[in-house]
Amino acid sequence: MNRAEIMERLNEVFRDVFDDSSIVVDDSTTSKDIEDWDSLEHINLVGAVEQEFKMRFKMKEVSSMKNVGEMADIVAERAKR
Amino acid sequence: MKELTYPFDGAFLLKNKKKIRRKLMEEKVVRIKKKIAVLGGSTTDDIISMMELFLLEQGIEPEFYQSEYGRYWQDAVFGTDELLSFKPDVIYVHTTSRNITEYSLDMNNEPSSYQEMLKRQYEHFYFMWEKLSEVYACPIIQNNFEYPLYRTQGNRDCWDYRGKVNFINRLNLMLSDYASEHEGFYINDINYISACYGLDKWLEPSYWYLYKYALNIYAIPELSFNVSNIIKSLFGQNKKALALDLDNTLWGGVIGDDGVSGIDIGMETAAAEAYRAFQQYIKEQKQIGVMLSICSKNDYDNAVAGLEHPDGVLKPDDFLCIKANWEPKDVNVENIAHETGILPESIVFADDNPAEREIVSSQLGIKTPELDNPEDYIRIIDRNGFFEVTAFTSDDLRRNEMYQQNAERAAVCRQYENYSDYLLSLEMKAVIEGFRSVYIPRITQLTNKSNQFNLTTKRYTQQEIEKVGNDKNHICLYGRLIDKFGDNGIVSVVIGRIEDSALHIELWLMSCRVLKRDMEFAMLDSLVQECQQRNINKIYGYYYRTKKNAMVSSLFGQFGFEQLEADENRSKWKLELSGYINKNKVIMVEEGEMAI
Repeated sequence: MNRAEIMERLNEVFRDVFDDSSIVVDDSTTSKDIEDWDSLEHINLVGAVEQEFKMRFKMKEVSSMKNVGEMADIVAERAKR
Repeated sequence: MKELTYPFDGAFLLKNKKKIRRKLMEEKVVRIKKKIAVLGGSTTDDIISMMELFLLEQGIEPEFYQSEYGRYWQDAVFGTDELLSFKPDVIYVHTTSRNITEYSLDMNNEPSSYQEMLKRQYEHFYFMWEKLSEVYACPIIQNNFEYPLYRTQGNRDCWDYRGKVNFINRLNLMLSDYASEHEGFYINDINYISACYGLDKWLEPSYWYLYKYALNIYAIPELSFNVSNIIKSLFGQNKKALALDLDNTLWGGVIGDDGVSGIDIGMETAAAEAYRAFQQYIKEQKQIGVMLSICSKNDYDNAVAGLEHPDGVLKPDDFLCIKANWEPKDVNVENIAHETGILPESIVFADDNPAEREIVSSQLGIKTPELDNPEDYIRIIDRNGFFEVTAFTSDDLRRNEMYQQNAERAAVCRQYENYSDYLLSLEMKAVIEGFRSVYIPRITQLTNKSNQFNLTTKRYTQQEIEKVGNDKNHICLYGRLIDKFGDNGIVSVVIGRIEDSALHIELWLMSCRVLKRDMEFAMLDSLVQECQQRNINKIYGYYYRTKKNAMVSSLFGQFGFEQLEADENRSKWKLELSGYINKNKVIMVEEGEMAI
């Protein structure tokens, strides 16, 4: 699975979680760029990404991820499919 | 919606909650609106968003009040202006073992100091419940406590007076005792559901450290579903009946091919034992008042022969209605509904065949749980909470019997040419009087369950029924009907508000099990008499249309009321009481005492 594929699948997850099919994310996207992305939705988003890639984030990763790019990096390192 | 029927995919629901909510809101169904206050000892946001989905599916449109993070006790005990003006219909206290504050491990402590800790912890909650029921007079749902993540003393923790497992067990028993002594108080048994989910998974601590959720976020849908089942039961949205298939549902094999001796039921094989256990479970459902019917593609004689199998638990007379024929199943389910006098949507259809489930679910939109393997049948039906018991009345105990009597009455009816001769032959007697405290649970239950013969469909909590029953400015009557086949129990409730010298009818309902018995006329006669004794000279009646109560749209007209105003959805009627002539001629009414 290359990084472009990961970004594509991440984008789908964002669209589902925020119920907005116009969302396009890139490496630099942060919670400031998406209106509904508050701390509560962040919980859901992390959960949905974990489900999508059949992996778990470690606690310190959840608290330290700064943008979508960092999220994709962790996924690339650990995702099982 | 299939996604919201157990077993559901919790992660899917969390991820797609916005989309699912949107779809539910687009459905053209009438839902009852309820206000729910959620007082949390930890984060509750997604607990609420999941409760909303399940409640919408169950016919309730909720509005929520949410306490500030962790402020359940302060909100409950000191109140907030927002909560007071919110006027909740039900309060849910989401506390967990994370909120146990009095326990600490000290191996030097005496048993008496642990008794003290337990007492202080219990009183912390006790004080809050008392305050809540005094101020809000509405049902309270309280979590009990889940087991802890670890056991300091190992297995000894469960019996040593200093052990936390022991502490939680004893605290939970105190909660249960409080519930059994207080009407309107319900326990959300997270001790049980966390065990079902798997305690290690349920308690994964990162969700607490990161988000202050006291449980795994993926377990939230399980928790919310469990609470919503209590709420929908409180507000009359329970299912009432099971329509069961036979071949490969109540026994293994096909009786038409295999014969009575060839089907799997009993203790001889693994499959036979699984089917027998399922029959035992269904028999227990009957005990809590669930009405049973058969809906099977079979010759009738084969169906009955199978049910008479000596190793089976269920027998033909456990069923109100046996539809064993070759009609489509959706037609048979509708016929069952018609014959037993309940709505199709109150029926749960249990069938191992996905094609049959599909046709019934698409034609009737009713619940068709996925029964694919006999060893899973019990869990799948049980955990769906279709028949969650929040109030248990003597009527529940006797429901199947009463419907059976209805069938006997129908048989007698056919012998009479004139319907009023038939009614006279029933030798009906009624008791009509003011509310009595022993009947308050049954009266409350009726106000929440009756949909068809219900003019205003106003729902009441137990506390509201007590209040209105004791209020001088209301006239409240209940009616009980007895005939030569048996006691129908309490079947009708009327509540009217007195204003000047007129009575405004706020509630008029009757159980469909006594339709066409002239009981409504007997109720009207008693109501008029009661009004006349209090110098009330006119009665105003109101009809509010719902999806289900078309049968009474012109009831006040049949009563001789004059229509004052009407539009598509509501109408207002008036009856002048001077010169009123009694309308009931077939029921002997025993004069009861007015409660006030």
